[in-house]
Amino acid sequence: MSDYRKPVAGTIGRTWCWLCLAGLGLLLPGCDRSGGVWNNPYPQSHQGKKILYSLFSGRPKHLDPARSYSSNEYTYIGNIYEPPLQYHYLKRPYQLIPLTAEKMPLVEHFDHKGNRLPKQAPASRIASTVYTITIKPGIKYQPHPAFARDQQGRYKYHHLTPRQIAQVDKLSDFSFGVNDTRELSADDYVYQIKRLAHPRLHSPILSTMVKYIDGLKEYAASLRKYNTELKTKIRVVQRLVSELDRFSMRGKVFSQVKKDYLEAMAPEEAKLLLAELERIPQQTGSVKTVLPSLRKALDKLRAEYRFLDLNRFPLPGVRVVNRYTYQIILKKRYPQLKYWLAMPFFSPMPYEVEKFYAQAGMKQKNISMDWYPVGTGAYMLTKNDPNSQMVLQRNPNFRGIPYPASGEKGDREKGLLDDAGKLMPFVDKVIFTLEKESIPIWNKFLQGYYDTAAIPSDSFDQAVKINVEGDARLTETMRSKDIQLATSVRMSISYLGFNMLDPVVGGNSERARKLRQAISIAIDYEEYISIFLNGRGEVAQGPLPPGMFGYLPGKEGINRYVYDWVNGKPRRKPIAYAKKLLAEAGYPGGRDPKTGEQLILYFDLTGGGAQDKAERDWFRKQLRKIDIQLEIRETDYNRFQEKMRDGKAQLFRWGWNADYPDPENFLFLLYGPNGKVKYRGENAANYDSKEFNRYFKQMETMPNSPQRLAIIRKMLHTVQRDAPWIWGFHPKSYALFHAWYKNAKPNDMSHNTLMYKRVLPALRDQRRRQWNKPVLWPVYVLFVLLVVTLVPAFKVYRDKLNRAKKAVKGQGR
Amino acid sequence: MLAYIVRRVLYAIPLLIAVNLITFLLFFSVNSPDDMARAQLGNKNVKPEMIERWKREKGYDKPKWFNAKAYGIEKLTDTLFFQKSVKLFLFDFGNADNGRNIGYDIRVRMWPSLAIALPVLLVGLLVYITFAMTMAFFRATYVDFWGVIFCVVIMSISSMFYIIGGQYLIGKLLHLTPISGFNPDNMFKFLVLPVIIGIFSGLGATSRWYRTIFLEDINKDYVRTARAKGLSEGVVLFKHVLGNAMIPILTGIVATLPLLFMGSLVTESFFGIPGLGSYVIDGIRAQDFGIVRSMVFLGSVLYILGLLLTDISYTLVDPRIRFS
Repeated sequence: MSDYRKPVAGTIGRTWCWLCLAGLGLLLPGCDRSGGVWNNPYPQSHQGKKILYSLFSGRPKHLDPARSYSSNEYTYIGNIYEPPLQYHYLKRPYQLIPLTAEKMPLVEHFDHKGNRLPKQAPASRIASTVYTITIKPGIKYQPHPAFARDQQGRYKYHHLTPRQIAQVDKLSDFSFGVNDTRELSADDYVYQIKRLAHPRLHSPILSTMVKYIDGLKEYAASLRKYNTELKTKIRVVQRLVSELDRFSMRGKVFSQVKKDYLEAMAPEEAKLLLAELERIPQQTGSVKTVLPSLRKALDKLRAEYRFLDLNRFPLPGVRVVNRYTYQIILKKRYPQLKYWLAMPFFSPMPYEVEKFYAQAGMKQKNISMDWYPVGTGAYMLTKNDPNSQMVLQRNPNFRGIPYPASGEKGDREKGLLDDAGKLMPFVDKVIFTLEKESIPIWNKFLQGYYDTAAIPSDSFDQAVKINVEGDARLTETMRSKDIQLATSVRMSISYLGFNMLDPVVGGNSERARKLRQAISIAIDYEEYISIFLNGRGEVAQGPLPPGMFGYLPGKEGINRYVYDWVNGKPRRKPIAYAKKLLAEAGYPGGRDPKTGEQLILYFDLTGGGAQDKAERDWFRKQLRKIDIQLEIRETDYNRFQEKMRDGKAQLFRWGWNADYPDPENFLFLLYGPNGKVKYRGENAANYDSKEFNRYFKQMETMPNSPQRLAIIRKMLHTVQRDAPWIWGFHPKSYALFHAWYKNAKPNDMSHNTLMYKRVLPALRDQRRRQWNKPVLWPVYVLFVLLVVTLVPAFKVYRDKLNRAKKAVKGQGR
Repeated sequence: MLAYIVRRVLYAIPLLIAVNLITFLLFFSVNSPDDMARAQLGNKNVKPEMIERWKREKGYDKPKWFNAKAYGIEKLTDTLFFQKSVKLFLFDFGNADNGRNIGYDIRVRMWPSLAIALPVLLVGLLVYITFAMTMAFFRATYVDFWGVIFCVVIMSISSMFYIIGGQYLIGKLLHLTPISGFNPDNMFKFLVLPVIIGIFSGLGATSRWYRTIFLEDINKDYVRTARAKGLSEGVVLFKHVLGNAMIPILTGIVATLPLLFMGSLVTESFFGIPGLGSYVIDGIRAQDFGIVRSMVFLGSVLYILGLLLTDISYTLVDPRIRFS
């Protein structure tokens, strides 16, 4: 019997040994000892390199500059594409300066007869405005296979066969070098403006631009018609080919089959098919002989559809003057165009790149403009894997731009001018890693694996303390790591809107106005910011954020319908005053005297998770202060949008991020003809005041001047009085960054900010080693504990065996 | 056996049509084509004509079930349901609404999912069996008693806790592994933590189940015979009981094998692993019907495949079971 026991004990021992070894085997090789650090998520080869580590939480939808319109997409394309203008990186208020343009655009106004008008000419006299933009010579695109040419000077990759495309999976599979580029020209800018009208790109700014760019509306309509025709032609020819392809048809005479087929079709389709068939040279003989020509025609149609020829129709609103100069012709004055010229929508697009991407089979490989952008900027996208990492690498053909030599007051003291005059970019590579959860982001930032991070709400107290004056200070833990904080009020607003079409809270009557004013007083946004935003917001007095032309700080700018100016500060009016307004509005004590019922208002909100409950309760409490009952209607995002479009919401929460730093970009949100319900515009509250609309039309196209400022003040007073929004707050951004991360200054308007950033890799490597030394003793303790736990068990097992042995011996006796 | 497999495959077709139908119904009861267009076109400056154009371009302008304007069979085939479903059965997933090829994305994303799921399955199997066998071996001792309590405690805690706790303890405090991330060139380093957490979070429930299987077998006749032959408890357990108890264990595992490709949503999300688990959620968030229908269809196919493999594996490990 003892022969069996030994191997069994051995089996158990071996099992545990293997288990421990497997555990250690899993653990130890996983921890490559890069510089004595085990938890470094980056390869050891990154040490000492000028790499910037950032993150992203959602995949960008589009990287095509004609379509892209969100900040998470601009993070990439803003550094790849170069529109003619940009914002000064340091100066505030935001200031436009040339980027690829030689100088700021020359703006000229003309009357109906073509006579040049003075700059300040009234809008009514202006029949057209011409922007003349001259770009710098010698600017080159990033290397790209679309530019590659063979020895005869022909494009190398513009006529790829299906077999060649089958061998390619990503752009880097093509062989191309640094010299596969070309110089930027004015044509590229004009081509991109035409792309805004491309019927399949759905550019979000087309509806705005058709109002201003001469002939763009007609041009877009022609392209749409052409596109539809092509699609129909492909369908009918495809159907004809499939029909003829049937075995029974092969021997028939084509002309007879064609006749029968055309007769059975709708007249419009038949007309299109006939026109297409006329382009086919050989139409006599049997179906079998005609089929190859038909197939060729079908391929040609498909190629035409894939690459829609934008030069087929004229667009009078854009004109190439010479290789480096182009003009944009507007139907009227539109000073905001200069801001659009700093956005990726107006970036250059090389014709040959679009042609390259339009080849058959490219889309199936996900090789498209939307995936592999091509620009002249400081960086190029070398890895586009939105499931894990996006990598921007220095564009080897980038000309280099000097770091600004001046900024706003205090920038020099903060070291923001230390690099003045040095050629940018400073960083060779920017790695964006996908992180969906805030906890790993925060912890990796603290370990030094991200150079900068936002502060998650849960960790706010760990990072920042707000003193009694309301100033944010870093905690001792953060300071001990030399972490720095940059705060700024964002060019955006989050507000609570009243639906002005609602019979209770809407309308321009005195009753409704007083009701809205009373509610505006009751909802204490100072408290909201303190409780729910950790102080990260500034109470809004009107629609314009600080720093915007027309924004008035201090006593002059307060909303006098909600605040009093007391001891040099705005103070919210007392609740008693709100109750008085409510009584004047016909709801004394919050009740309707006719019915005696308490006034119930409905607040539509999206979301509705457990974490939002406190916020919902807070809103209810605010209105309870003036004896109004607030019902929260939780709704999913789609239904909420539907309610907004149909005007069925009563109170709602909304927000807006500035496209450009002009008051028009905020005040248009309250312009009557932009109403959401009637006109499907961005005026979510459906506010429509004749007074405000008149001022808006005056102010809209005026250049910044004292006259414009005076009108804006009147507009602000009007909307503060009418209170279509409870003005809410302007969010504050709090960004933390490490000591090795230089030239960090929050900038809401610029999109090409990466080239300004500089890192100190040696300091970063040293800190990472210091902060991430592996701690092994708990592993040893765990192992010892495991052994200690099992020793008595083995003792029990041995006792069992001994007892069995004795029993066997006893039986033997 | 071949006839049985063919029969099961044929049974699967109506099942898959039903799954596809339900997915279609559920998706479009929550999202309308207009909502989908808005999700793709963004929030700013989206005009009704843009929505109409987008729907036309993507084929969402067609009637859902019946096209009264079409002729003949096209009344049924020129509909949203038919156009969006029929190619699935040829495993042609088409393009997502953002223009990406879904089949390509699935092929790329299934490997990271598999890279976690496979080690969790294999190493986990070894750990769970060892732990369960230890409890069975030391049954009615303090090892068994505290082992069971340990299992109950582990299975009572949410897997999210293990993820956050594991990241905090092993990644943040002990600095032994990266907190999150994934690099296909050096994936081992990034997989250690999710694999350990994956195994640990399943330890309670699985080991308890295995222990029950072992204890059931211990009281069977063949075990009594083995003991009567004079074999030691260790040999009885590790040679005879383990061999027989592996039948339910292995057949249970076979059912899950195909689903390993589908990935784990929470783990992938917390560890930033670009697998298929997060792909589904990305699709749902983006209201992308292309991705949702493809992933539901693929999940159903794999599940059916798993069940089929289970049936086949029963006959392979237990000669008493025959196909009928």
